[in-house]
Amino acid sequence: MGIEVEHVSKTFGSFKALDDVSLKIRDGELVALLGPSGSGKTTLLRIIAGLETADAHPAAVVRFHDEDVYKRSAAQRRVGFVFQHYALFRHMTVFENVAFGLRVRHRSTRPSNGDIRQRVERLLSLVQLSQFARRYPSQLSGGQRQRVALARALAVEPRVLLLDEPFGALDAKVRQGLRAWLRRLHEEIHITSVLVTHDQEEALEVADRVVVMNNARIEQVGTPEEVFHHAKTEFVMEFLGQVNVFRGRVRNGKAVLGELTVDYPQYRDDAERPATAYLRPHELRIERQRNGKPSFAARVTRTHSAGSLARVSLETPSGAPVLVDVSLEEFAALGLREGETVYLYPKNARIFVPDGASGAMNGDYVI
Amino acid sequence: MGPSAASAHRGIAAGHAAAPRLQGTTADARWLEWLFIGVSWAFLALVLLVPLGAVFCEALREGLRAYFDAFDDPYAWSAIRLTLFTAAIAVPANVVFGLAASWAIAKFEFRGKTVLITLIDLPFAVAPVVSGLIYVLLFGMTGWFGPWLASHDIQIIFAAPGVVLATIFVTFPLVARELIPLMQEQGTDEEEAAASLGAGGWQTFRRVTLPNIKWALMYGVILCNARAMGEFGAVSVVSGHLRGKTHTMPLHVESLYNEYNFVAAFAVASLLAMLAVATLAVKTAVQWRMQRELQDSAEP
Repeated sequence: MGIEVEHVSKTFGSFKALDDVSLKIRDGELVALLGPSGSGKTTLLRIIAGLETADAHPAAVVRFHDEDVYKRSAAQRRVGFVFQHYALFRHMTVFENVAFGLRVRHRSTRPSNGDIRQRVERLLSLVQLSQFARRYPSQLSGGQRQRVALARALAVEPRVLLLDEPFGALDAKVRQGLRAWLRRLHEEIHITSVLVTHDQEEALEVADRVVVMNNARIEQVGTPEEVFHHAKTEFVMEFLGQVNVFRGRVRNGKAVLGELTVDYPQYRDDAERPATAYLRPHELRIERQRNGKPSFAARVTRTHSAGSLARVSLETPSGAPVLVDVSLEEFAALGLREGETVYLYPKNARIFVPDGASGAMNGDYVI
Repeated sequence: MGPSAASAHRGIAAGHAAAPRLQGTTADARWLEWLFIGVSWAFLALVLLVPLGAVFCEALREGLRAYFDAFDDPYAWSAIRLTLFTAAIAVPANVVFGLAASWAIAKFEFRGKTVLITLIDLPFAVAPVVSGLIYVLLFGMTGWFGPWLASHDIQIIFAAPGVVLATIFVTFPLVARELIPLMQEQGTDEEEAAASLGAGGWQTFRRVTLPNIKWALMYGVILCNARAMGEFGAVSVVSGHLRGKTHTMPLHVESLYNEYNFVAAFAVASLLAMLAVATLAVKTAVQWRMQRELQDSAEP
């Protein structure tokens, strides 16, 4: 195992930032901790790094490559940490920033000046900043600074690489580029890495696995496909991507969700239960006529097709907003006008029935 | 140095840029400008430059020989020695205190932080005479610790230790107050980065924290030194005016003046004035360096 965390909690005053969290990260894996602010993701990362100490708990453990590092300070853990605001040493050149971790080593393990030079130059070429070695951080752009920070973190040959919202302070275009670049870099050096982000797109695009966090706890761990398409909890369903929410009830193998009634064979009980259905915008089809299959009426309020998909905003008779994504061809064929009433056919829905024991259930369902 | 200071600097620059436009739009802006500049200079000249000049004029009124005769006096040298001795203890003590206090305040969260910040400002709020009296009350013959000190043959009041203590008290906010806002603004990011890269506490301080605050620290030291050498009120109370024993330069100037020994008084005063001028020069140089680094590190 690359990183193991067991039974870690953290309270700041009366605020519970982490509540008995356990997590395993495989060797060479790139994992994203994803969640809204205040969900505990940064606290977890800082505890892994040793920059924060977890609340005392007899079973609390942090292990790197099967070695217990729980009692060690940040300086002794050999982690590479990349900060959101770079945290470059402002009075040092790019070269000296990268060399720092080597220069502060004890005399017995410190590489010679020549070795340091070689290693720094190799890292600077890895992050494509060789020509900036003599510059100061203030003379670089945000994206360049973050690459220096990454080279600096890698210089100490860390056992794990921890990135705290590394692209959070950069603009959209630069983020996009750096994200792809980080993924390529990871493929090249294969270091066990943890990336904290609140940007779901970033997490889904870059990570091998995504850890979705909420309210000081882990909601779900899985590949990007798993967490996106097979959300285990309502929070994950709502947090990842756009989703239409319909509240209703289930009973006798049927789910009644406002104007829509669908089969729900997973629940055959006579007792009625509340249920929530989630439909992604691409899981609804727009038709002009009813054809007998389950559908509901909605009025088109707005359309926009400036993108790779057309997005149609609608409103049900009871006033609930609905979003539907259709392909541009389909959109052109439909020729929708604002204000007209159409019928929406679910292709697929996920229905959650709050149930103490079995949690949520999935009602997969195709027309 | 960070964005807020940098933007303040840009604010000043913007003011410069706006000035010509003001002249262009308002016909009488020109004489207004001159009026304000004139008033400022006149005021400075009246209350600062003229007295400063007068010190040197008075000191040299009876020629260079009389000027140097003022220093041909064991009491003058004793005062100079005591002043240097006091500053040599007070300044390092307050550098250590200032670094410790501002480090604690800027980098850690703890109970009583606001109280500590307020206490640091206390010497500025208390009249220097009162600061001196506090020490008399504590260590004087009839003070709290007086009998104990007397029985152990330790003299603090009316002796050099009292002078040093009073000076430390009066000057202790100077270094801390320069450092606290800067260190607060710089935050703990760079220290954390250093720790994650394997640097120990001392290495982090020496290689990361200290270089980031060096100009502010220098500035604080200069101010602290100037005040330590020039302090009159608090020192006057605890010194007991024992000539040749507990007289610092400012006290020596006063007693010479009271004895109508004007040339000698102004001669010693001129030394203090030169100290002030030198302080100003160094301060300007340091400020200029700070400003430059600030510009360098400002966001491009």
